[in-house]
Amino acid sequence: MVTPHDAGLAVLELKGIGKEFGAIRALHGVDLRVSPGEVVGLMGDNGAGKSTLVKIIAGNFPPTHGEIRFDGKPVHFVRPIDARTVGIEVVYQDLALADNLTAAANVFLGRELKRKLGPFALLDHKAMAARALELFGELRSETRPHDLVKQMSGGQRQAVAIARTRLSNAKLVMMDEPTAAISVRQVEQVLSLIHRLKEQGVAVMLISHRMPDVFAVCDRVVVMRRGEKRADKAIGDTSPEEVTSLITGAKEAA
Amino acid sequence: MATPLDSPLTFTNVGKTKWWRSGLFASQTGYVLLALVALFVVMNFASPYFLTQGNLQNVAKNFSFIAIATLGVTFVIITGGIDLSVGSVMCFSAMITSMVMTSISTPGMPGADWFVHLADDGKTVIANMPGLILLVSVLAGLGVALVVGLVNGFCIAVLGLSPFVTTLGMLSIVRGLGYVVSNGRGSFPSGPEASYFYTLTSGVVFGLPAPFIYLVVLAATMAVVLHHTGFGRHVFALGGNEKAAALTGISVVRVKIEVYVICALAAGLQGIIICGWLGSAPANMATSYELNVIAAAVIGGANLAGGAGGPLGAIVGCVLLEVIRNGLVLAQVNSYWQQTLVGVIIIAAVLVDRLRSRMA
Repeated sequence: MVTPHDAGLAVLELKGIGKEFGAIRALHGVDLRVSPGEVVGLMGDNGAGKSTLVKIIAGNFPPTHGEIRFDGKPVHFVRPIDARTVGIEVVYQDLALADNLTAAANVFLGRELKRKLGPFALLDHKAMAARALELFGELRSETRPHDLVKQMSGGQRQAVAIARTRLSNAKLVMMDEPTAAISVRQVEQVLSLIHRLKEQGVAVMLISHRMPDVFAVCDRVVVMRRGEKRADKAIGDTSPEEVTSLITGAKEAA
Repeated sequence: MATPLDSPLTFTNVGKTKWWRSGLFASQTGYVLLALVALFVVMNFASPYFLTQGNLQNVAKNFSFIAIATLGVTFVIITGGIDLSVGSVMCFSAMITSMVMTSISTPGMPGADWFVHLADDGKTVIANMPGLILLVSVLAGLGVALVVGLVNGFCIAVLGLSPFVTTLGMLSIVRGLGYVVSNGRGSFPSGPEASYFYTLTSGVVFGLPAPFIYLVVLAATMAVVLHHTGFGRHVFALGGNEKAAALTGISVVRVKIEVYVICALAAGLQGIIICGWLGSAPANMATSYELNVIAAAVIGGANLAGGAGGPLGAIVGCVLLEVIRNGLVLAQVNSYWQQTLVGVIIIAAVLVDRLRSRMA
């Protein structure tokens, strides 16, 4: 597969990103380019700096050093909503769902569809349920829009969290361990969703511990270790063995 | 954006939730409503006076006196917060309303010239514009409630203080301010418009007590706001998972401040209505009412952990408390038992809900 790595405009470009929490250096000198329609696997052991990097891109906190460019323009995110406005969506590991609300309500949380009734804007329950059902259909997830999230299985919850990213025309979707807590059949579904995002020109960053998943869907794999980027290779040029040794530090860099 | 489906979505593995296992039927509010209906039936047999029009009117009036404040505190409880200052706010708003009304209706007091003048006989006080005194004094009472709500909301949402501690402090601050402005003496609404005030707060319309009508209108509004507006959705989301709410871009600070303001305004309005019924605003009015209000909300199904509650539950909780009080009196049981029984019911209501969710 040809990666659009060096060609064309990058949707996301990081230059020399660094982050310090007091005396702890969590990230140091990370450069990264992600192109439209590219699926990048972000791998690394616990504490390697993956989550910190994702949180910086998602706008949870600003980097101490370095520059973020999105769609060619420099961006500064103060809050997560800033990142979402430019077109970055995140599926969080703990899924960030409100258990007491229905699936449809969670999908549309914070951007509810409304209809005008005189001077008042009321929620358009019907339209939201219909759109949510459509999204669950795309994900091939047997999830009813009116069911409460607290009664759902891990896979259904995942579908709700992913469906949320599909509402807006996101240009970059970051998924934090989307396949960690779900069944084998549902892993297939999530991976095929990633393919669908890719077909539509959406860039995907997949943060995962599961080597088979990364090699199944990613065009490129980035390995982090001790807060630095140690490798950035096309999937065709590497192997699970090499990536494993990069993650553990048996091999310093590639 | 839409991706064509390979085939329509089928639900082979996921059953539909049975109707009796969702919505009202599966909620604590539903069970307590059932208990309330049972209690009505029992009371009907226990006392021939219970279902008389006079007694029912009395019950309706009495529970309306805490139910409006309960609606307000339910908003706060749904977000996972608590407001202990409602009793003090009731008293303070009532006091300010009655003091402002008295003050601006007395010729010679500063500013009173704008509102009243003396008739030719030199004694009768006449309002310059009918209704203005009433409006200004009620707005003054609601105004102080608004300020209390804003301070509560600011401390909790912006400064990040715990709701329990903040509102416990506010309970004391506002009660203290009430004593300061009144010097410990009660005040009573007087002047040319006091009769309007009494009509609006303790009158009877179409055989129904006026506070009951306000309650029904406010509860219906609350139901629409909670279930059919973005704000209501966010109130529930905050109680369900505050972190998720923040991540999805909901302005958590704003929603929190809004619920504490709504709660304080509801308490203020409640205080003003009680003042009209009592005919005065004593400095110790509504002391410890916050406990009745919170108890009613919790019995009706508002979850102190956040995420559940509604106007029907708030009203059902208030009615249940009042029917028990009324029933004990009619059954000639020592009224000191009332408080004990209320405590038992709070625990029983929550226990039944816990057992049910474990079985499901």
